[in-house]
Amino acid sequence: MKDEPGSTNLFTKLDSVFIRKEPFGLVLIIAPWNYPVNLVLVPLVGALAAGNCVVLKPSEISQGTEKVLAEVLPQYLDQSCFAVVLGGPQETGQLLEHKFDYIFFTGSPRVGRIVMTAAAKHLTPVTLELGGKNPCYVDDNCDPQTVANRVAWFRYFNAGQTCVAPDYVLCSPEMQERLLPALQSTITRFYGDDPQSSPNLGRIINQKQFQRLRALLGCGRVAIGGQSDESDRYIAPTVLVDVQETEPVMQEEIFGPILPILNVWSVDEAIEFINRREKPLALYAFSNSSQVVNQMLERTSSGGFAGNDGFLYVSLLSVPLGGVGHSGMGRYHGKFTFDTFSHHRTCMFAPSGLEKLKEIRYPPYADWNQQLLRWGMGSKSCTLL
Amino acid sequence: MEAPREVVVKSRLAVSSLPRARVRPEAKATPPPGGWPWVGHFLTAGLPGRVRQPGGRAAWQSLRMDPFEDTLRRLREAFHTGRTRSAEFRAAQLRGLGRFLQENKQLLHDALAQDLHKSAFESELSEVAISQGEITLALRNLRAWMKDERVPKNLATQLDSTFIRKEPFGLVLIIAPWNYPLNLTLVPLVGALAAGNCVVLKPSEISKSIEKVLAEVLPRYLDESCFAVVLGGPQETGQLLEHRFDYIFFTGSPRVGRIVMTAAAKHLTPVTLELGGKNPCYVDDNCDPQTVANRVAWFRYFNAGQTCVAPDYVLCSPEMQERLLPALQSTITRFYGDNPQSSPNLGRIINQKQFQRLRALLGCGHVAIGGQSDESDRYIAPTVLVDVQETEPVMQEEIFGPILPILNVRSVDEAIEFINRREKPLALYAFSNSSQVVKRVLTQTSSGGFCGNDGFMHMTLASLPFGGVGASGMGRYHGKFSFDTFSHHRACLLRRPGMEKLNALRYPPHSPRRLRVLLVAMEARGCSCTLL
Repeated sequence: MKDEPGSTNLFTKLDSVFIRKEPFGLVLIIAPWNYPVNLVLVPLVGALAAGNCVVLKPSEISQGTEKVLAEVLPQYLDQSCFAVVLGGPQETGQLLEHKFDYIFFTGSPRVGRIVMTAAAKHLTPVTLELGGKNPCYVDDNCDPQTVANRVAWFRYFNAGQTCVAPDYVLCSPEMQERLLPALQSTITRFYGDDPQSSPNLGRIINQKQFQRLRALLGCGRVAIGGQSDESDRYIAPTVLVDVQETEPVMQEEIFGPILPILNVWSVDEAIEFINRREKPLALYAFSNSSQVVNQMLERTSSGGFAGNDGFLYVSLLSVPLGGVGHSGMGRYHGKFTFDTFSHHRTCMFAPSGLEKLKEIRYPPYADWNQQLLRWGMGSKSCTLL
Repeated sequence: MEAPREVVVKSRLAVSSLPRARVRPEAKATPPPGGWPWVGHFLTAGLPGRVRQPGGRAAWQSLRMDPFEDTLRRLREAFHTGRTRSAEFRAAQLRGLGRFLQENKQLLHDALAQDLHKSAFESELSEVAISQGEITLALRNLRAWMKDERVPKNLATQLDSTFIRKEPFGLVLIIAPWNYPLNLTLVPLVGALAAGNCVVLKPSEISKSIEKVLAEVLPRYLDESCFAVVLGGPQETGQLLEHRFDYIFFTGSPRVGRIVMTAAAKHLTPVTLELGGKNPCYVDDNCDPQTVANRVAWFRYFNAGQTCVAPDYVLCSPEMQERLLPALQSTITRFYGDNPQSSPNLGRIINQKQFQRLRALLGCGHVAIGGQSDESDRYIAPTVLVDVQETEPVMQEEIFGPILPILNVRSVDEAIEFINRREKPLALYAFSNSSQVVKRVLTQTSSGGFCGNDGFMHMTLASLPFGGVGASGMGRYHGKFSFDTFSHHRACLLRRPGMEKLNALRYPPHSPRRLRVLLVAMEARGCSCTLL
């Protein structure tokens, strides 16, 4: 909350300059259903810490959590400054017609556009945490079992319903040959021979998402898994191969426990494939060669990047989480959240007297005015005066 | 310019594997008289007239030239070659900008004088020197700004490399206004180029002389594969905004700001909007009227009042008003002489439309100082209005001219309440000998920026961010803040491929003991983190 001091030039040496963090006012947080506590509370922490009043719109899809947030959470906060509002797309649309001083949205790019368009009517600044298809490049030069462990853990965590999960793998056919048995081995180790009975595997949030995912099981060819159970909204940890870029599983963010593998024959081809598509929220590259990892990093763009692991960086509060392009705008976590929900106001206190010092800037002008002013401005190489 | 062989319908994804739509051969047009209006010729040739084509209206519409398509595609392709990424390239662009200013100083001064009757002093101070200062600052700090920022790690990531990498967004659009047409074009441009972007610049068509220099001279100093100037009025700008950019930087009115943000929303393009508002200027009873008059008048009448951060109106008690008026008169005479119209230090209104708008405002309240105007010269005298009602037009829109209304309040509280009933302004000023009063105004209001006991000095320091809040804008820039505005801050984690045993803790099947160990490992130097 502290004012940040700024540096002065010669003409403002006697002034006090600083940046003051101020709350925007009334903030709206719209949260999704996949990490319904985390993705509500973490933005909320920043909004409250920054001194705002908050309207929270939790997802109506994660009904269990929605109920707790609506009925229990307000009891712990000052309810004159905090409210939970409930509803589906229609109510959210109505909510968005109102003016807010900041809107923080986590969800799909499609709805992100709707939110930003609504915000534009009121000139409301926004943070949009969206999604995309996060590529996962696996180099020939790596240990398949290590890679399988890491990729599988991040893919099947929360039954794949994670915005930063690896969405698809790019590797050579040779690597694929080695990766498949490693992935099978990992999946068995993690979830047992019958993953449906493992306590460590999640379920799909609702029927609509389940049906969508089950349809994707028809793409390419199932190499691992592929089972589903409608009564349980269960989809087995699945790996697809022989997938075409044009198939549905490569046309939308998967958001489920399905991992397609596509073949490329070089790092260059992988980079070209990635760069033909929208900038993702996360990008992963696995290789024993740091040169290969660095190449992937340097020649692509994404919200975040990890070499030789999954979304571990999301757990670091010192690192911002945010997208770029269609995967979003703005960022948060830790201090970045506080800064997101604060207006940084530039402030200056000039002395009310000492008018003689200011006289140099008043007309009528002589040449020496201009020269002296330029010199004064040049000090500490700042902009004017 | 020769007619194109075939006309290409714009594609939404500039770099795309989708086939580009092609117009049927029988629908090809013959050029209208005067040729196809290419970029840069809108002012003279105008838009194409309706031409009868086989295939009817649909064919004609698909043939209506999208004049920006080729330029944007070219710039995107250049960006994808990686040309703009190196520090050397960026520094070369910045040095080119510096040479542009140095080698064309007289040309620029003349153009500013033509557009706004800016004195050499004002041109140097508020246009050339500011721009030069930003270029120098960027050149000096470029490599430091470009450097990856290291970040603290937790126990679980001690062996890893974590940092934030600054990357250019790609293709950036800068839309600039007419009031400081050089400054408000070049200063954002410095940031965009320093950050490694390709840039499309859309200068204001209203400040015609500067527009010409920017269109014809500036590109020679930059790598034209990565930079383009596009020209046109509201209609062309609307067309331009239908295209996808990776960042849009807009300076202008809130009304157009909404249009820009709405267009940006379609492509999920992030924006910085530097808008405006009515900047209140509270004058306490406890202050020296002459000092206040000097300071307020200088910032109000600079550039004939056409400044987004100028004090827009004064709030003071009737007693203070009594003391302020003669002081203001004295200041105005001192600054501009007995006949301000003949002073070389007073600017002119940019065009007839603005002039007429301002002249109408002279009818509000009653004129205490000034009030003269001359249409042939687009001259408006430095004016002070009193007995102004809140409902009058002069209090309903941003004045943007050399007119200063004074409204009466009876206390600081009343002033604060008045200010808070209105939209958050870009700047807010409070004059008082009492620092408590100044601090109170600061604490109980919000605005883009604030200055106690002076005018918009705060925006002259490149170490401070400049931007609005609420209806006065979003985002900020100047100095390093410009570089950061035009950069994507990418979180990066580089782990070692081995040491898999250490990771085993996080893999299922899980146990409570393992969870405890994991949570401890995620503790970062004594502060707790989110769960892996």
